[in-house]
Amino acid sequence: MTEHENIGMLSPYRVLDLTDERGVLCGKLLGDLGADVIKVEKPGGDPSRNIGPFYHDEPDPEKSLFWFAFNTNKRGITLDIEKADGQEIFRKLVRTADFIVESFPPGYMEKLGLGYPELEKINPGLIMVSITPFGQSGPYKDYKGPDIVVWAMSGYMYQWGDSDRPPVRISHHSQAYAQTAPEAAAGALMALYNRHVTGHGQQVDISIEECVTWYAHYFTGVWDTQKRKQPRGTGMPQSYNLDIPITRLWPCKDGYVSWVWWGQGKRSSPPLMKWLIEWTEKQGISTEFADEWDWTKANYTGLNAEAVARLESATRIFFMAHTRSELLEGALKRHVQVYPVATTEDIVKGTPSQQLNARGYWVKLEHPELSDTISYPGAFVRASEEPLRITRRAPLIGENNREIFEIELGIPREQQILLKQSEVI
Amino acid sequence: MAAQKGPLAGVKVADFTWAFVGPITTRMLASYGAQVIKIESGVNAGRIDSQRFSGYFKDGIPGGVNRASDFNAINAGKLSLTLNLAHPKGVEIAKKMVAWADIAIENFAGGVIQKMGLGYDELKKVKPDIIMLSSCTMGQTGPEAWLGGVGPNLTARSGITHIVGWPDRGPAYLGPHTDYVSPPLNVLAIMAALDYRRRTGKGQYLDMAQYEGVLHFVAPLLLDYSVNARVANRMGNRLDYAAPHAAYRCRGEDRWCVIAVFTDQEWNSFCQVIGEPEWVHQAKFSTLLSRKANEADLDKLVEQWTINCSPEEIVSLMQASGVAAGILQTAEDLMENDPHLKARHYFWRLDHPEFGSYRTARTPSLLCKTPPEMRRAPLLGEHNQYVLRDILGLPDNEIADLITEGIIE
Repeated sequence: MTEHENIGMLSPYRVLDLTDERGVLCGKLLGDLGADVIKVEKPGGDPSRNIGPFYHDEPDPEKSLFWFAFNTNKRGITLDIEKADGQEIFRKLVRTADFIVESFPPGYMEKLGLGYPELEKINPGLIMVSITPFGQSGPYKDYKGPDIVVWAMSGYMYQWGDSDRPPVRISHHSQAYAQTAPEAAAGALMALYNRHVTGHGQQVDISIEECVTWYAHYFTGVWDTQKRKQPRGTGMPQSYNLDIPITRLWPCKDGYVSWVWWGQGKRSSPPLMKWLIEWTEKQGISTEFADEWDWTKANYTGLNAEAVARLESATRIFFMAHTRSELLEGALKRHVQVYPVATTEDIVKGTPSQQLNARGYWVKLEHPELSDTISYPGAFVRASEEPLRITRRAPLIGENNREIFEIELGIPREQQILLKQSEVI
Repeated sequence: MAAQKGPLAGVKVADFTWAFVGPITTRMLASYGAQVIKIESGVNAGRIDSQRFSGYFKDGIPGGVNRASDFNAINAGKLSLTLNLAHPKGVEIAKKMVAWADIAIENFAGGVIQKMGLGYDELKKVKPDIIMLSSCTMGQTGPEAWLGGVGPNLTARSGITHIVGWPDRGPAYLGPHTDYVSPPLNVLAIMAALDYRRRTGKGQYLDMAQYEGVLHFVAPLLLDYSVNARVANRMGNRLDYAAPHAAYRCRGEDRWCVIAVFTDQEWNSFCQVIGEPEWVHQAKFSTLLSRKANEADLDKLVEQWTINCSPEEIVSLMQASGVAAGILQTAEDLMENDPHLKARHYFWRLDHPEFGSYRTARTPSLLCKTPPEMRRAPLLGEHNQYVLRDILGLPDNEIADLITEGIIE
C-alpha cells in the first residue's frame, strides 16, 4: 500500500484531503478518478472514524465502516496543522498539491495563517475546495449545520413525510454531506480547467445548504410562478395540474414497491400500464375500469378522484399478493418499471436482478489488518479509455506517514521521533 | 451571439438530453460558460423535451412549448436547435454538431441513441476525440440496460426511499431524488475526461449508470449489510449519537424547527436557552445515554417550549448559544425571507420572452474568481439560424430546404 500508481484520468494531480465527515466523499471521488489523495488527519485520527456502523460491531476508530466506505483510494498521514512545526510541513505539502479539500468552519484556516490568500502565495495554481454547511459568506456562515439542520434550511425536508407528523429527514449518516461531494469535486475540476487557461487556482466555496436547496427547485418553481405551497407528503405530482393525491409507494406482501399510474398520452411516459393491466388480469384481478379508459388519448390529468380510486384499488390487491422480489422479476420480464423500495439487503444480494453483478460493479478490497476482504461499491462511471480503479482500502491512522514524511519530504527519522513526541504527527 | 465567458468558455457541448438528469448536467456546464446546444425535435417530430409540458405553466394556463417552469429552470443558459432525428438528414446534421463539439451528452434509455445512429462508434467516426456521456438509470450493459427509468423509481431501487420515514409507517416519498444527485457526477466525469483529453488527445465514452453512482451515498449502509448482516431501516428524525435530534412544532400554521444536540456543552446551553437549567442535573436527561433512553419524553418537553415560539426566534437563540438548529423552511421562506441566500445571490431573476420574469437557483458549486452566470432558457428553435449558419456554416438555401422537408421546425 505504498506510493501512488500513475493511472487514471486524474493521475498527475495531488489532493490534500483535510475534511471531516462533511467532505470526505469528495476526495474519494477524485481518488477513484486517479488523483493522488492524501488524507491529512489529526494525530490520533479524524473524528469521523468514530461514526458507525463498525466492522463486526466493534467500536474502534480503525473499524468504522463509514470511514472505510468514504476513504478508499486515499493514503493517510497524521499532522497537526495547529502547531507551528505541523504548519511548516503542511506548507511543504501544499507546494506539491493541486487541490486542498477542507471542511473546517469558515475562518479556521485563515486563523492558522493557512487561508487561501496565504497558500496561493506559495502555490499560485492551488485550488482550494472549502465545504461547509452554509458557505464562506453570508449571515448564517457560522451557524452549526449538522445534517438535519441543513436539510431543514434547504426547503426540501419540509416536503417529506406525512401531513399529520413533522417533516422527516433521510435516516442514518449525513446524506446532505455525502450528496454534496460530487458538486464539490465537479467544481474542483472546473477550476482546474480554468487553471490551464489562466495559470491560477482559486477557492471553490461549497455551501452544503445551497447544494441541497437546488433539489427543491420544483417547489421553489411552484412558489415563484403560482405563489403556492405544495402540501407535505404529496411530493411532486406527475400530472401537474392534478391535485388528487395518487399512490406512489405501494405496500406489497413483504415491503413496498414504487410505481406510478400515468397516462400514455403522446407527451407522457412510455406505455407501461398496458403490461401491468395484462399482468394483473392474468392473476385473475379485474381491471375493468382500466380497460374502459382510453389510455392513448388521455393521461392521468383527465381522471377525477373517483376514477383514481377505482384504478388504484385493483393495483393495490395485485401488489399485496406479491413479494418485492416477485414484482421486480415480473416487471423486468414485462418491461414494466415496478421497482422495489429496496433495502440494503436487496441491493447487496442483487436478486432477482443481476444487473450490478453482470456489470461487475462490486469491488473486493483486502483488509490485511482484519484478515478479511470487503466488497465495496465500484466505479461511479464506466470510462472507456481510462477506467476508474478502486484498489486501496481506507488508510489506517498515519499509515503512510513514513513514505510521505521521510521518503518524500526527507524529514530525518530523529526529527520524526521528536515530532511524534510533540504530537505534531 | 455574445462571446462565451467563464471558466469553461470555448467548451462546446452537443446536448441530446431531455427530462431531468441530462439537462441539469448541461445546465451546470452552461452556467460556467460552455456553449451548450440543446438539440430537440420540433413539436411535430416526436422527440421534444417532455419538461416543456411539465411543472407549472405561466399564469397557470397550460399550452405552448416555452411556458413551463421546470423546463425554464433546468435549461438556463443553453441555445436551442430543433432537429428531426427520425430523419436521416436530421442525423446527418446531428453528426455535424458532434464534429463541432467537444462533448456529446444523451440520457435516453440504454441503447436508444445507438438505434438513432448516434452511438459512440458513429460519433467517433466524425470526431475521433469526442467525449460522449450516456446517462441512464441502469447503464448501457447488463440485463436491465434497455429499461427506461424515472427518478422516483430509481430513488426507491437505490435504497434511499427505504430509510426515509417513521419506523411505524411505510417509507416517505422523496420525488425524483436521484435526478438531482446524479448530474454533478456526470459533470465530474466529463471534466475529468476533458482534462485527460487535454493531456493525451484522446476522447472516450462515459457510461453513467445513475444507480451505480447513487449507491455511493449509502455505501456505509451497504457495508453494514455485507459485513454485519444488518439491514438499515428508517428512524424518523433520530440519530444514534444525538438527543434532542428532531423536528419540533412551533407557533404558527405548520411551522417547524429542528434542533440537534450532540455534546454536553450543547446540552447545557440548550437547557439555558429554553429556561430549564435544572434539566442538566436531572438523572433522566443529564447524560447522552439517559437522554437517548428517555428521548420520547424529552421530545415532548422540548415541544412544549417550541410550540410557543416562532422557528426564527428559536433558531437565532439556539445558534447564538452554539446549539445547532434550523428553520424548516418552505419554498416561500427560501425565496422571500431567507437573508442568507439573498446575501449569497442564490436565486437569480431572469427575463424570458414568453415565460416572463422568473427566478432560478444559481449553480451551487461556487468558483470564487470565476462565478457562474445564470441566463434564461431558450425558446424552442430560437437559435436554429445561428447554429446552422454561423456554427455549421450551412448555406441559406440548404437551411431553407431543411425547413421545407421538416428536418428543422
